[in-house]
Parts: sequence; C-alpha cells; structure tokens
Amino acid sequence: MTGQELRALILSTLALAAAAALPALGSSYWLTMGVTIAMYTVLATSWALFSGPTHYISLATAAFFGVGTYTTAIGIELLPYWTLLPIAAALGAVMAALVGFATLRLSGVYFVIFTLGLAEFVRQIITWVQNLTGQKGLYVLTDLTEKHIYWQLLGLAALVYLAGWLIARSRLGFALRIIGDDEEVARHVGIDTALAKIVLFMVPGAVAAVAGAMLAPRYIYIEPSLAFTPMLSFQVVIMALLGGTGRLWGAVVGVIPFTLLWEAISASFPNQTTLLLGVAFLVIVYLLPRGFVGLLEDARRRLGGGGW
Amino acid sequence: MAVPSSSTPVLSLRGATKRFGGLVAVNNLDFDVMEHQVMGLIGPNGSGKSTTLNLISGALRPSAGSILLRGAPITHLRAHAIARRGVARTFQLVRVLPSMTVLENIRAGAVFGHRRRWGHEADAFATQMAEKVGLAGKLAMRVSQLTYIDTKRVELARALASEPRVLLLDEWLAGLNPTELGEGIALVRRLRDEGRTILLVEHVMDAIRSLCDACVVMAAGAKIAEGTPDEVLSDPEVIRAYLGEEDA
Ligand SMILES: Nc1ncnc2c1ncn2[C@@H]1O[C@H](COP(=O)(O)OP(=O)(O)O)[C@@H](O)[C@H]1O
Ligand SMILES: [Mg+2]
Repeated sequence: MTGQELRALILSTLALAAAAALPALGSSYWLTMGVTIAMYTVLATSWALFSGPTHYISLATAAFFGVGTYTTAIGIELLPYWTLLPIAAALGAVMAALVGFATLRLSGVYFVIFTLGLAEFVRQIITWVQNLTGQKGLYVLTDLTEKHIYWQLLGLAALVYLAGWLIARSRLGFALRIIGDDEEVARHVGIDTALAKIVLFMVPGAVAAVAGAMLAPRYIYIEPSLAFTPMLSFQVVIMALLGGTGRLWGAVVGVIPFTLLWEAISASFPNQTTLLLGVAFLVIVYLLPRGFVGLLEDARRRLGGGGW
Repeated sequence: MAVPSSSTPVLSLRGATKRFGGLVAVNNLDFDVMEHQVMGLIGPNGSGKSTTLNLISGALRPSAGSILLRGAPITHLRAHAIARRGVARTFQLVRVLPSMTVLENIRAGAVFGHRRRWGHEADAFATQMAEKVGLAGKLAMRVSQLTYIDTKRVELARALASEPRVLLLDEWLAGLNPTELGEGIALVRRLRDEGRTILLVEHVMDAIRSLCDACVVMAAGAKIAEGTPDEVLSDPEVIRAYLGEEDA
C-alpha cells in the first residue's frame, strides 16, 4: 500500500466514523437528510462505477431499486430481514446481467432507452400481478428505525467504495479504462468488451437492489409507482454527473449539495423541483462537463503546478 | 483440430471474401504466411488490403471463406478471441489510448493479449517492448505529447507486448518523413531478424524490397500476383494495376 493510499484509507475511515455519529445529534431532520444523502451516495457512486468508464448512461436505477424494495416487501413475510439483502443483491445482479447481455452490444442510445423502459416494464408486471391478486400494495412492518436504515446505508456505501477501489486495481478496471478510451483497441488487445461491461453493470444492479431492500421498511406501504419511480433514475444520473464520474469520490461531491438544494427548494417551492433538475442538467452540460471533480482538479493543478 | 507442424503455415486464408452490399472488397483470397516469414500485402488504394487485415484480426467477419491460425479456424471468432490466440495488429489510422501514458498503452497489450502478464511482470515486459521500439525515456509521457512516429511506435510496442504469433502492420511506415522512414524500416528489419512472423501492408517500395520475403498483390479485392518482391514488382499485370491507379 502506498502512502497516498494509506492517507485515503485513513481519511475515508474518519469520514465514515463521523457520518456514523450523525444520529447522535438527535435531530430527526438531519437524520432524514442523512438517509437521503447516504442513499443517493450509494446509488450515484455505483452508477458512476459503470457509467464513468463505459460512457453508457443507465436509467435502470429505479428498476433495480424497485426490485429490491419488492424483495423486502414480499420476502419479509417469509424470511428474516437480513437474508433479504443478499437475495436482493443477487436479483439485482442477475437482472443487470440479463439487461447487459441484451443491450450492451448495442450502441449507447439504445441502451439509454432500454434501461428507461425497463423500470416501466417491471412496474407494469408487478401492477398486473397485483391486479390479479386484488392487492394495491404491500405493508412492510419491521422494528427498524430511521437510525438503523441510515447505518445500513453507510455500511453499503463503505462496500461500494471498497468495490470501486478493488476494481480500479484489477484487470477489469484496466480493461474498462481501455474500453473508455477506444473500444476497437480494447477488442484488439484481447479484451472481451461485452463481458467486461456486463460484469461491471452487475455492480450498480446489485447495489441499487440492496438499497431498495434497505429503504422498504422506511416506506412502510409499498406501491409500484413508489418503488419504480423514474425520477429516481434521473436524479442519480444528475447527481453523479454533477459530482464527476472520473473519481470514486466524485459522486458524493454532487450528491450532498444537490440533496440540500433539493430539500430547500421542495420545502419552499414544492412545484419547482423539476426545474432544479433541468438547471442542474444545463450546468453540467455547459459549465461542468467533468463535474465538481473536474473543477477541483483544475483548481488544484493551477495551485499545485500540476503535481498529480 | 489440425496438429501444427513446422510446415503448417502460421496464417492461412482460403477463399476469404468480404462484401459490403454490392461491393466485393475482398474476393476469394488465398495465401499462406509461414513461420518467421515477412509477407507483404500490396496493391493500389482501395484494393482491399486493410479489409483483409480486418478479416484476419476479427474487426470484420468474412462473408465467405475461412481463415486459419496454425491450422485452426479463427474465421468466426470475435476480435478479442483472435487476439488471445496470437494475432496482434496496428491500424492504418493510428489508434492509441489518449488518456494513458506510453507505458500504460503498451501494458494494455501485455495484460490482455496472447501471453498475459500482470503487475510488475507486465510493467517490466512493457518497458522492454518500449525500449525495443525506441521509446525508452518516454514511458511516463502522455501519448498526446508524442510526435507522430512515436505514436506509431507505441502502437507497435502494444502489439509486440502480447507476444503475438503473427503481427499485422497496416501501412505502419506511411506518413513518416525521410529520416523517420529510415528509422522505421530499420526497426521492422530488427523485428524480422528476431524471427517474427509479420504480414505487412505497405506502399513504400524500398520498404517492400528490403523487408519482405514474399508479397501478395491485390487489385480490386482479388489476388493478382504472388512471389518475391522482385518477381511481383516486375509482373506486367501488377504494373498495369498500379498504373491504372495513377490514371484514376
Ligand atoms: N466498412 C466498410 N464499409 C463499406 N465499404 C468499405 C468498408 N471498408 C472498406 N470499404 C471499401 O472496400 C474497398 C477496399 O478498402 P480497403 O480495404 O480499405 O482498401 P486498401 O486498404 O487496399 O486501400 C474500398 O472500396 C472501400 O471503400
Ligand atoms: Mg488501407
């Protein structure tokens, strides 16, 4: 382990410990914000793990998330809660593999549209099944409180960072950088580009499903329109791009300001949240193509004279 | 699967054909490349040379015919699988990895190619290949900082880093100034002297004469001549094919 890596490890451990102490503040407002921020950090960081190097824009987050939510909603009657998280992870990963297999050989445009349609498709299936059985939604009654959900999400975030770090040091990580630079070269040096992308896409698939499974107890009453809301997918994309996908820590840099701003706006102007999405999108496209990460790195390069 | 012996060609094309709609870019092409041989693939512009290399490397699938590597068919394999079996190439329009350093570019070949390496072993081998092509001292540079010939060297080193059974070079010497051309020819000659098996597409006559053991001449997708450089370059049909291009 190099000195720089050791420093990063210490810093992230400290940040995690500080974040874990949030419930001690005793503020239910900040705890709720903490859950939202932790959830989006998990979703946006894992999203960027895939979309950063491949440049594929996935709008499938809501599909995986919803499947995870329903894993808890249905499974909680039959199995202990803790066993549902790995089940959700497996379902999300398998679903991502199938989607990847069906679409990742196609060009990026098809992928975006397919992933957007996917959430809607799964939602329709569940609605249809519920109509057959005459149910509208499902109750998830547990004794898990906001605090527990928050800590679980923090644990998941730590796992996502660990996975990102391990992937970056692996052959897969190197393969993905090559694919991101020039896919034709990647194939010709011997990289199975389709397989690499499918394997990588399973990470956000599994993570989003686990996040959905963890959040289900918070919603208490689960309906398809809640579990599979497409807005979730869009928010994750915006936050990840706002932060910057070039670095593992990029997503969280976008998630925190965006969530705070979102909360502030929805408190005072509840009808203007879509406007915020639009403005954030324009800012990304015109001002911050590499996100806050790009901004910070440019500033640092100017100050430090290029010592990276 | 055929058992490779010393007389089995490293690479064989049998009736290799590629159609693009109505255009037959490669028409029923047959030839063999033997071990340690440097084979030139020449012909006027648009005669199907690059398409032939694309068929071999798996960038394109043949419409008909077969391609064999040491007797085993690779015709319908995808490019990555062909690369792993020992075919490495450079591109007519140079393709380097823009976000990476020279060393990382070369390491790509060492890590995923025919003979796979990782960690220090990959770095050491990539460094060795960089030195072989004349990039020593430039390992940490970004490829955007390189001169044109150096980007070509990077591509060549990346191909060599996989320890291929056969190396495909698509106009590797094109676009070099006279000094660079001399260095380039000397470099390919060194590879030849190491006993590598090479199929090269080339326009530079000096290079063809001094580097190739044998040549296949293509015109309008088909093979019109095959033999030593001196034989084919004095063949009336070959001269006609080249003159035809000058007229056009
Ligand atoms: N991907 C492609 N689609 C359609 N036509 C192509 C394609 N690639 C090459 N061709 C055509 O095939 C012919 C042979 O091209 P090419 O193999 O590049 O020739 P060369 O390398 O000998 O100059 C040309 O007429 C070219 O326009
Ligand atoms: Mg060509």
